[in-house]
Amino acid sequence: MTLIVKTITRLTVGLILLYGIYIVTHGHLSPGGGFAGGVIIALSFVHLMLAFGKDLALKKLSESLASFFESFGAIMFLTIALLGFIGGYFFFNFVFKGKPFNLFSAGIIPLCNIAICLKVGAGLFAVFVALVLLSSTTQKGNK
Amino acid sequence: MFELYFLLLFMILGAIIAVEMKDLLSSVVAVGAVGLGLSVAFLILKAPDLAITQLVVEILCLIILIRATIRRDIPPLERGKEVVGSIMVLLFIGGFLFFAYSALKDLPSFGHPIMRVSQNYLAEGLKKTGATNLVTSVILDFRAYDTLGEATVLFTAVVGVLVVLRRIGRKKVGEIVKEEDE
Repeated sequence: MTLIVKTITRLTVGLILLYGIYIVTHGHLSPGGGFAGGVIIALSFVHLMLAFGKDLALKKLSESLASFFESFGAIMFLTIALLGFIGGYFFFNFVFKGKPFNLFSAGIIPLCNIAICLKVGAGLFAVFVALVLLSSTTQKGNK
Repeated sequence: MFELYFLLLFMILGAIIAVEMKDLLSSVVAVGAVGLGLSVAFLILKAPDLAITQLVVEILCLIILIRATIRRDIPPLERGKEVVGSIMVLLFIGGFLFFAYSALKDLPSFGHPIMRVSQNYLAEGLKKTGATNLVTSVILDFRAYDTLGEATVLFTAVVGVLVVLRRIGRKKVGEIVKEEDE
């Protein structure tokens, strides 16, 4: 891409990543949540890949690391759900709930948000990488 | 409510343009405009969670679709005269509109649901879960099974895409494929 795109990307990509993390961690207080925040985090890496090319983005978050994060998020979500059995039932809110409007409140809900964010962000980034790589191979096949 | 009807009209026009456009990139942009209108419609109906999710997913889909269609010579579709097809489509649209009109007449008015389960969530959601965003307290506490199922569906989809589109196995033995810088 051109110099303008690269400069703007260098300025904005960190802000986009921070906004995604904010949406995830404040999912139980304000609109948003794990899914939307995870997609925003994936979009920041997609932004990096579109501006600087595949190598730099894959250096920040490689394909194997993305698949690891996706599996880790799924297992973390299931583990939180299963840990509810120490209090009684599946998805039991066993952590101390705290005061409303505090960042550390609502028991397991922020933890579930973080798990879903890891899963969705890494998964969608991996899908994007796979689709981009496929399009480059088929173009080569046509030539 | 006026702006909502304006948005619906805008979305219908965008969808028609997306179907009728010959150029593939232009119709992708029209689909993106429809998604953006849907996001603003959610915002007007006071559902900011849905608006954020719709906007973000729409942007990701748009990027993937543009990546898939740009720099690709797909010949425009040759459309002959399809008299029978057009008549059938008109008949089905007419039937759908008739039945939709007679069914939508009996629906409860907007904002007055028949089901009273949600009243319980609204009244006791904060006390039971401690989350001030009631949407999150519903999807991650009261209805966490649905979220688990959704996560499973997404996981299966990602695994399926990665298996079908993987690079290992596409190469022949000993062949070195140079990857283009995207």
